[in-house]
Order: sequence, then structure tokens, then C-alpha cells
Amino acid sequence: MEQTAFRMEARGVSKIFGNHTALDAVEFGLLPGEVHALLGENGAGKSTLIKILTGAYQPDGGKILVDGEEVVLNSPLHAQSFGIGAVYQEVNLLPNRSVAENLFLGHQPTRFGLVDRRRMDREARVLLQRYGLGIDPSSELGTHSVAVQQIVAIARAVQLSGKVLILDEPTASLDRDEVQRLFEVVAGLKRDGLAIVFITHFLDQVFALADRVTILRNGKLIDTRRLDELTRTELVRKMLGKDIAFSGSTSLKTERPVTDVLIDYEGYGKKRSVHPFSLTIHKGEVIGVAGLLGSGRTEMARIMFGIDPADQGTATLNGRPVAIKTAVDAIKHGFGFCPEDRKADGIFGELSVRENIVIALQGKLGWFRALNRDEQLDLAGQFGEAMDIRAASLDMPVKLLSGGNQQKVILARWLATDPAFLILDEPTRGIDVGAHAEIVRTINRLRDDGMALVVISSELDEVVAYSSRIVVMRDREMVAELRGEDISPGVIVQAIATHGEKAA
Amino acid sequence: MNRSLRPLMATVIIFAIAYAAAVMQFPGLLSTRVLGNFLTDNAFLGITAVGMTFVILSGGIDLSVGAVIGFTGVLVAVLISSLGLHPLVAFAIALVVAALFGAAMGFAIHYLQVPAFIVTLAGMFLARGGASVITQDSVPINHAFYSYLSSLYFRLPGGGRLSFVGLLMVAVFIVGAIVAHRTRFGSYVYALGGNTTSASLMGVPVARTTIQIYMLSSVLAGLAGIVFSLYTSAGYPLAAVGVELDAIGAVVIGGTLLTGGYGFVFGTFVGVMLLGLVQTYIIFDGTLSSWWTKIVIGFLLFLFIVLQRLVFAASSRGDRAPQKA
Repeated sequence: MEQTAFRMEARGVSKIFGNHTALDAVEFGLLPGEVHALLGENGAGKSTLIKILTGAYQPDGGKILVDGEEVVLNSPLHAQSFGIGAVYQEVNLLPNRSVAENLFLGHQPTRFGLVDRRRMDREARVLLQRYGLGIDPSSELGTHSVAVQQIVAIARAVQLSGKVLILDEPTASLDRDEVQRLFEVVAGLKRDGLAIVFITHFLDQVFALADRVTILRNGKLIDTRRLDELTRTELVRKMLGKDIAFSGSTSLKTERPVTDVLIDYEGYGKKRSVHPFSLTIHKGEVIGVAGLLGSGRTEMARIMFGIDPADQGTATLNGRPVAIKTAVDAIKHGFGFCPEDRKADGIFGELSVRENIVIALQGKLGWFRALNRDEQLDLAGQFGEAMDIRAASLDMPVKLLSGGNQQKVILARWLATDPAFLILDEPTRGIDVGAHAEIVRTINRLRDDGMALVVISSELDEVVAYSSRIVVMRDREMVAELRGEDISPGVIVQAIATHGEKAA
Repeated sequence: MNRSLRPLMATVIIFAIAYAAAVMQFPGLLSTRVLGNFLTDNAFLGITAVGMTFVILSGGIDLSVGAVIGFTGVLVAVLISSLGLHPLVAFAIALVVAALFGAAMGFAIHYLQVPAFIVTLAGMFLARGGASVITQDSVPINHAFYSYLSSLYFRLPGGGRLSFVGLLMVAVFIVGAIVAHRTRFGSYVYALGGNTTSASLMGVPVARTTIQIYMLSSVLAGLAGIVFSLYTSAGYPLAAVGVELDAIGAVVIGGTLLTGGYGFVFGTFVGVMLLGLVQTYIIFDGTLSSWWTKIVIGFLLFLFIVLQRLVFAASSRGDRAPQKA
């Protein structure tokens, strides 16, 4: 019945970057008056599809239809003229200007060539009232909360476009009340007949707001379904691509720790980032962290390492309370952290392999105990060999290495500082099979040597293979801690999916 | 808008206090004669500072204005004295040259993605060098129309004189304020200073606006060069060295945020007047070295930068949005 009268449609759309197919003949139809959730893990092709729908990218195959007519969208502005507007997590407005100006910039009412401010404020007030915002239109946008800015952004997008509204993770930086307010606005727009695409990592929000869902994985369309025909577990399974039979329960068995406690986080958390969590980590233990993208995995790691300092809770290291306010504190206490996006956060692309390996150790030693070149070469050679880094020379720039070898360089860097506790965020993403095996082998070896590790990974099979315990994150909250025979992909999927049902 | 008014209010209050204090010591300062001279003596700086206000509001900087003043002064002088052109024709030529110069800088800044600091620094050397290539010496301008313009004034009550150039500066400030606060172009300037990415996503013509901003700055610097040549009745290639820094100082003291997005053209006017007051005070005192002007300006600048930091850091939202996992 709903296969007719799509407001906007993507037919067989493909997008290829180099030799990587980001989107493979994806079909996507959007009905007027519906909220359509678009789901998928990192690299599934969500953002590529959105960029094609808003005209930021041109598809390499397939076509885009608006109201049944084929269109070519050259740019986001051009798409706007077809009635397609988008609002992103980062509010793309001007915090330094008034609310009214943000609503009308480029379309301000003018009189005798001059902006008619009074009329602009009046029209803005009327417009804002429709969204339940009683704020002063002449006030500075930046003085309002992110949620209000988000609604102003929606008001602008709807005002200028009016047919299709794409919401790209609009709730990612909002608290619960603010999310509720945003949902009311979206529900109102839906009643007005707008077609709304909703992207989020929060499954609760999908079930609360969306009518239909489209799931992408690895650039392919997995399914488009009505949400009332779909259970949460089915949804997670489709997203992760795991066809697994579920074992019965997620009972938390207690197992006697065999080694000493290294570090104990108690009620540790940060507002607007991760709900307080408690985690005890023993020497010689690998804690796997599982959860969907955006569940707070990375935030948890950043808080543990002091990049985003915790604002509540305590950390105890070897029985003594410690304050970890900065990454430097963490390094002094013998922590190491390999971030998820190694290009942005981990690797100094222009520097040599040698320099990249010694830099953390040098940071630990301080300014006045410089390692001389021989010491550097010795260290780099030793760890390079241990990690089997395949570089023509230790003096070649790291950016010329493959992803897997870059990852090994970062690992070697931290190993050189002889850490007691190492956090790895997605250590195996985007690297080849050989390097993958090498890194898993290293994780196992380090654990056997008595190091404590926290490893975040989306690869369930992999986490299961090396973890002594698994922590499951969901909606920025630690929702389960799995031990012993509960460590299986099936239980993890169930923990991710089912825990929220009682909360929702 | 309250927040951005605060530095402006501070400037106005400091000016009022400083003026009152100066008048108490030298009652002669409170006369239309001194006020009229304020406007005349600072006309070229004020006109330049209006252009600089637009540039800084958009988040840029223009280091070339002092050199453009020198260049247009020499160009006008040579066109009139050596080629015998009518001053009005010479003015038109000078302003067109300045406009093209500014457009070229704006073009480089936008399309080559070179920081404005570097581009306008290059522009500064080019314009200053160009002026010296035209002539190394001071070129006197002897033309009836020139003498007429430079002696043109309105008599103010109390014996003061509002000269043509002083009036021109006031006019430039008024037009500048209307353009900044009441036109779409003005709102685009603020938009660029707020967030360039957002601005372009919101449909601001970034390329056109950037080029127009630097054109405006160069044209106003050219106009300031003409005013300077009227003021001195000569063109000299080393005229107005360092005026770009005085102009930046006046803009910042006037409450415009150096990183762009916040500020008022009127604030710049007060800033220029405050600088003028400091200079006049030192002349009245007679015992102080003129370098004290620099020290006071330095102190004021520092004060205002700290003030802005406090105003904008205290009320900005501290919580960074959590990163995407």
C-alpha cells in the first residue's frame, strides 16, 4: 500500500570511492508524513547516502526522484530548492548572530534595500511559536542550549525546504528532556506531512519515533521494514550481520579473580558523556568492550585515560586513589591509549617510524632526558621487530605504511613505555588479515605477561576470542558485564538489544 | 546581543572618564576647536579603521592598508602634479586601482586558501614597494581645487572648525554602520566571522563576500590616502607606515572581537577618538614624549583583549558536545 507516492526516492544508487564501493545499488523510499530511521554501523554507507540525498555527493549509478520526477542535485543549496533540508549533530548555524537572523539569513525581509529588523523579528516570533519556542528572536543564538539551537536549525531547514527533512544524529548531544522536546517537534512536522529521515545510534529513539526503518551494512541495503513488524533483537542482528542462535540468559556469574586488582573505577563518569560506571580491572586481564557505535565505548576510554576528565567517581590504582585529569597524568601512571581514528589522533604522519615509536616514551621522560639517536634506533628496532612492523626503513614516514602497520607502530609506541594498563580502541579496524592476526596475538601475549588491557571492538567474534570479561555499553551506559560462558556473540547481541526494552 | 554590547559600553565609559579627567587637567580640551581638530587629525585613520572593522568582523586581517594609503597618496600626487590631471580624475583612478588591489587579495584569500595575514602582508610589501617605484621623494600637490578642498570647513559654535575631511570621516562611519548592521552584505560579514562552514551551508556567497570585504577595505584605505594627501598637500611613499596597526588597535579597543563575529562600527569610532584623545593629551601636556602614546595604546589594547576574553569566555557554553564514537 505504501509503495506508491514516494516523496523522495533513491533507485539503485551506487557510490564508488577509488576501488571501495561505499553504496551498492541501494533502494530508499521516503513517504510523506513518515519518520524513516536509517541505521547501520560505521562504514555502512549511511552518511554517503545522506550526502547523495542532499546533493553533497553525486551518485555513480542509479537515480534520485523527488515527487516521482528524476532530479540531479548539484549541491546542498540546489537540493534545498527541491524542498530537501538537513540538520546535523553539529548545529550549522551562527552562534554569534540573533535567532531571527539565523532563521532568515540570506532571505531577510528588506525595505528600501535595508534589512527590516522589526519585521524579521516579528516573523521569527510567529515561526518559533509554531515550534513551541517562546524565546526572544533578537537574542544571540549562542546563548541558548544546544537543543534550542537544534530546533532553530530545524525551523530554518523546514522554512526553506519544506518537503524532506534529514536529521543526522540530532540527539547525540542532548539530554533526555531535550530529546523529548525535539521529538515533539518532529512529531508535529510529521503530522504536517513532512517526510523525515532520522539517523541515530540510539535504538530506543528509533522505536519511539520512527515508523519505518532502513538498515544498511557494508554499503548494501539489508532491509526496509515497518518497525511494528520488527523486534529489537532482529534489528540489532540485521545491523551487526550476526546470524546467531541465542543462549538463554545473561546471568552475571561471579568468578574469583585470580590476580591482584590493578585499577578500580568506582562510579566513574562525566556529564553529557557517559553515565557513571564501575569497573575493576585485574592484572593479566583483557576487558572487551562491546556495544553499537555511539553507545559510549570511545567516551568511556577517553574518560579512563583522562582525555575527557571524569567529573564524578574515583579511580584507585594499586590500592591508592589517583586523579587522572589529563592524558599526561594517565601516562605517568603507566597507562597507554591507542585511539580509534589513528590518522587523526594517533599517528604523526610526517614523522618517521622511529620517531613515532619513541614519542610516548620521550613524553614520559620529560624535556630534559632526551633519548639520543642510538637509543631511539635501538628501541624502535627492538619493538619494530617484536611487532613485526613491515617498513623498508625505520626512518621512513609513517604515513607511507599500510593501516595495519601503522596500528602496530602505535602499539609499539605504547609498549615502549612499558605500560601497566593499555586501552585499545578498535585496534583491528580497517587493517588486513595478516596484521589483524598479529595484533590479536600481541593482545594475548601482553595479557599473559600480566598487563591489563581494555579493548574496544565492533568485531564480536574477535572480542569473544581474547576477552576475560566483556562489558556491554548501550546508550552511554554500562549495561552488562559478561563472564565465563556468557562470553559469546549471541549473549552480547542480546545484551545490547534486550536491556533497553524494559527501560523503554 | 547583550554580550557583544559590553565591550562597546566599556570603551564608551573609558573614553568618557578619560576625557573628563583630561578636561579637568586642561580645561582647554573641552572646546569645539579641539573636537574639530580631533576629527580632522584622525580622519585618515578613522576611514581606514572602518574598512578594518569589516575585515576583522569577518574573521580576517588586512595589513596592507598603511601601504595602500602611501601608494594612493603618491599616485594621486603624481597624476596631478606630473600628468596634470584634475584631482577628481586622479581620485577616481586611485580608488579603482585600490579596489582592484583589494579584490585581488580577497581572491587569493578565498580561492588559494592562503591566510589573510600572509596575503595582506604580501600586499603591504607590494603597495609600499610600488609607491617607492613611482617616486622616492615627497611630491607636493599644487592645485587650486586641492587647496579649496583642504581649506573647506564649517564653522562650529565656539570657534571650532569641522573640516571637509573630518566630515568625510563621519560620513564614512555612518554609511559603514548602516552597511554593517542593516544590509544583507553586513549580515554575511558577521556570518563569515561566526563560522565559515555554517555560513556557506546557510547559503552565504562566501567567495563574493570575501572579495567584497577586502575591496571595501582597500577602497577605504585608498580614500584615506587621498585624505592624507589633502591633509599634507603632498604624496610621500613612506607616509602612514604602521597605520594598519593603529587601525587594528582602534578596532579592537572599539570592542570588536579580533577573531571575528562580534563588534560595531560605532565602537571603532570611539576607539579612534580614544587614540586621538591620548595624542592630544600628550601634546597639551608638552613634557611627555610622544612615545607615551604607544604605551597607552598598548595598555588599552591589553586591557580590552583581557576584557573580551572575560566577557566571551565566561558566557560561552563550556560543555563541548561529546565526540562521535
